[in-house]
Amino acid sequence: MVDTLRLTAEEATGLIERGEVSGAELHRAYLDAIAERDPELHSYLCTVEQPDGAGVPIALKDVISTRGVETTAASKILAGYKPVFDATVAARVKDAGLPLLGKTNLDEFAMGSSTENSAYGPTRNPWDPSRVPGGSSGGSTAAVAAGLAPWALGSDTGGSIKQPAALCGVVGLRPTYGTVSRYGIVAFASSLDQVGPIAKTVRDCALLHRIIAGRDPVDSTTVDLPEPIELPEAEDLKGLRVGVPTELNEAEGIEPGVSEAAKRTIELARELGAEVGECSLPRSVEFGLPCYYLIAPSEASSNLARYDGVRYGYRAEPNGDVRSMYDRTRREGFGDEPKRRIMLGTYALSAGYYDAYYGQAQKVRTVIRDEHAAAFEDFDILVSPTSPTVAFELGARTANPLAMYAADLLTIPSNMAGLPGLSIPCGLSEGLPVGFQLIGRQFSENLLFRAGHALERALSFDYVPERYR
Amino acid sequence: MSTGWEPVIGLEIHVHLKTQTKMFCRCPVAYFEPPNSQTCPVCLAFPGALPVPNRKAVEWTILLGHALGCEIPGQAIFHRKNYFYPDNPKGYQISQYDEPLCVNGSFAVPEEEGDHIVGIERAHLEEDAAKTIHVGGAEGRIHGSDRSLVDFNRAGTPLVEIVTRPDLRSPDEAKAFLQLLRQTVVELGISDAEMEKGSLRFDVNVSVRPEGSDELRTRTELKNMNSFNFAAKGIEREVRRQVEIYESGGEVEQETLHFDPGNESAPPLRSKEEAQDYRYFPEPDLVPLEPEPEVVERLRAELPELPSARIRQLEAEVGFGLAEGLVTSGRDALYSRTPGEHAAVANVVMNELAATGVDPASVNAEELGKVIEQRGEIPRAAFTEALAASGSPGFSADSYLAEASISDASELDPVIDRILSANEGQVAEYRGGKEGLLGFFVGQVMKETGGKANPKIVNERLREKLQG
Repeated sequence: MVDTLRLTAEEATGLIERGEVSGAELHRAYLDAIAERDPELHSYLCTVEQPDGAGVPIALKDVISTRGVETTAASKILAGYKPVFDATVAARVKDAGLPLLGKTNLDEFAMGSSTENSAYGPTRNPWDPSRVPGGSSGGSTAAVAAGLAPWALGSDTGGSIKQPAALCGVVGLRPTYGTVSRYGIVAFASSLDQVGPIAKTVRDCALLHRIIAGRDPVDSTTVDLPEPIELPEAEDLKGLRVGVPTELNEAEGIEPGVSEAAKRTIELARELGAEVGECSLPRSVEFGLPCYYLIAPSEASSNLARYDGVRYGYRAEPNGDVRSMYDRTRREGFGDEPKRRIMLGTYALSAGYYDAYYGQAQKVRTVIRDEHAAAFEDFDILVSPTSPTVAFELGARTANPLAMYAADLLTIPSNMAGLPGLSIPCGLSEGLPVGFQLIGRQFSENLLFRAGHALERALSFDYVPERYR
Repeated sequence: MSTGWEPVIGLEIHVHLKTQTKMFCRCPVAYFEPPNSQTCPVCLAFPGALPVPNRKAVEWTILLGHALGCEIPGQAIFHRKNYFYPDNPKGYQISQYDEPLCVNGSFAVPEEEGDHIVGIERAHLEEDAAKTIHVGGAEGRIHGSDRSLVDFNRAGTPLVEIVTRPDLRSPDEAKAFLQLLRQTVVELGISDAEMEKGSLRFDVNVSVRPEGSDELRTRTELKNMNSFNFAAKGIEREVRRQVEIYESGGEVEQETLHFDPGNESAPPLRSKEEAQDYRYFPEPDLVPLEPEPEVVERLRAELPELPSARIRQLEAEVGFGLAEGLVTSGRDALYSRTPGEHAAVANVVMNELAATGVDPASVNAEELGKVIEQRGEIPRAAFTEALAASGSPGFSADSYLAEASISDASELDPVIDRILSANEGQVAEYRGGKEGLLGFFVGQVMKETGGKANPKIVNERLREKLQG
């Protein structure tokens, strides 16, 4: 029997190709693992019994539309909604023969950093079930960490792949904006949303990214990849210029254990042949978070307007005119965090405030992009911890939205610049995984994979949570 | 118009483009299909569906921009216009805001004394809303209705909005502008522009000011305009209303007025624009449109000769009024094809033929020319019948021309004498100088002869006898 806790997607592909295991057997093995470990973790919102492909199965975050399979974005307002079409990424993994294992939990509409904002209950961290898996793709990262899926897709707006990957000790890529289709992805903030792969290894991420990336004619914001995605082989970092942005590595709130693990990894990069130097992103780090919390809620307030109870999903019992039906549907259907962001965004877009808020934030976004571009004149990649902290206790931040928002402090700046970022596990602090973030230029995913792969080999991080070994 | 006051009128015109598919998805644009049969995840706004702009619609808007003398900026941006209504499935309409496809145009409307130049502020591309039907309650209005039904077939169909500057000074100017614009759009081949089908709709902004002043006072918006004549009447009424308010020392309030076309005497329904805030912001699902200069130039080259130019050409032949009428009714092509004396042909094509309802495009112009040439020689009934039949396939003038009219004076004289003696009073009046009565006598003769008398001869004989 296969050990789903250890098996990588690449190894699983090999098993299937050599006929040692069938796709259906593999699918069943994961369903068995889910039955065993997921009652405690709640990483899945639903599972699919019958595999619809003979390849290595996959879990999809529940913002990804799947034809005939309920897609809720972890919101009550989409309860019972079964799309009549596949998202482009769902179609691409299906075309590649990867059967769907199930849909994974998330913060409602991908709004959150802990997966506690799910209308269907939180997901727990496989390393310590009293702690959160991060978010918003916490269901996908927990499933991969706990051997409940060999790989998964998540989505990342302000850090929703990188941060939970870090907290669950797995690898996650936020691709360059515009390289992966958003068609069929329940939208949160359109100018920031990007789907990306989550897996146990960098090579698995590269394999999955190769399947999903590339221009999609029905998503006008996508572009052709300048070069095909390659599987990384190199074991050293010779000639790579690694920049260490001071503000990202010495930000207030970074836990000492996290900081130490990141520093050790930077030292390791030097040993592998990289040229390491310091650099600075002062304005990106100072303004990134506040600008993000203007732009993302503004777009969300508009994107979430379609949930009105008229055509699909939840509708409050009719009682009066259409206006009151809207009001009640949305009051009863949305959780607190979507409501908070709809209000923030509606305010920021209002006449008389647009220039001061949304308009200004867009200008600052250009400043952030320019500041990153300047750093990339001297360096090939920039590195930092992915998250300031390791996984925190459930409930520790739910009463304080600002503390929750700070979880994305280190991931947001490069997201605002539209740049790709890879998070790899780089060690433990207090027995919990620490994530290491590698940021590249636009379309430099191959370079990120190469650097991530070399570091991963040198780090020899054991991705199986200690309690399952 | 009241003296001392000048109307200031601007128009916002919506034109439905007759593209094969909708603005942002591939659903067919089809108006008479069963409700909700022309829909997809995009135009129903399912989660995750994304818009892809219709290239044809963009090109046609640029073509229209050229016809309106607009600049085509190097970049145009789609914006989201946010509001809740069941006919608006996304909760926002994709429209254009501060960077439309076409800006700063000027459209020349020929008038007897030179061209009237109407400034075009902008022409932009957007998507139409779905159609809501309110069942039960009064007059299909949402208030008091039992329930509302939504048909999404129209949702997402392409719409161009043209906004003029407040350059129109009378209801007639507005009407002339609209007629010429409509004909221009039709000839560009981008829209049916039929008001009955709703493929051309417009709103009118009206204010007044003391003559000679160049201030812009508070304006009101007239919505629900469904015909040019109705619009002209509505403007006239609104101008009068505003003048009365100012003259009695009041202030005009900014408001939207809905006229009921079925009941012109009813007062307008008012709706105070409750400070609507559409929260416009750039549509993040689309990249800016950057029309390639080659495409913009190709479209400029494709521009056909415009109706305004043809009015000027025809004016020399038939006078301004007929020229304008022929061109804006799309009848000038038939006029030009038909041989004969200019004024006679123009009059028949514009008036008598139009009254028959025959489609000018189907008329055999050569044969029509023969009918017009022989008009005076054939019975009037035969002439009218010939016009009515002129659009039928295989129409030939000959059978109608063969129908001889009574041209023999010896045959007509007894009839004429009878009529003159039966109407001695009128004869005396005519002889006393009321020569307009000639028509009366002609009519009597025609009636008596069942329309078969040759009008030319009747005229001659009547004149002679009345003088005698």
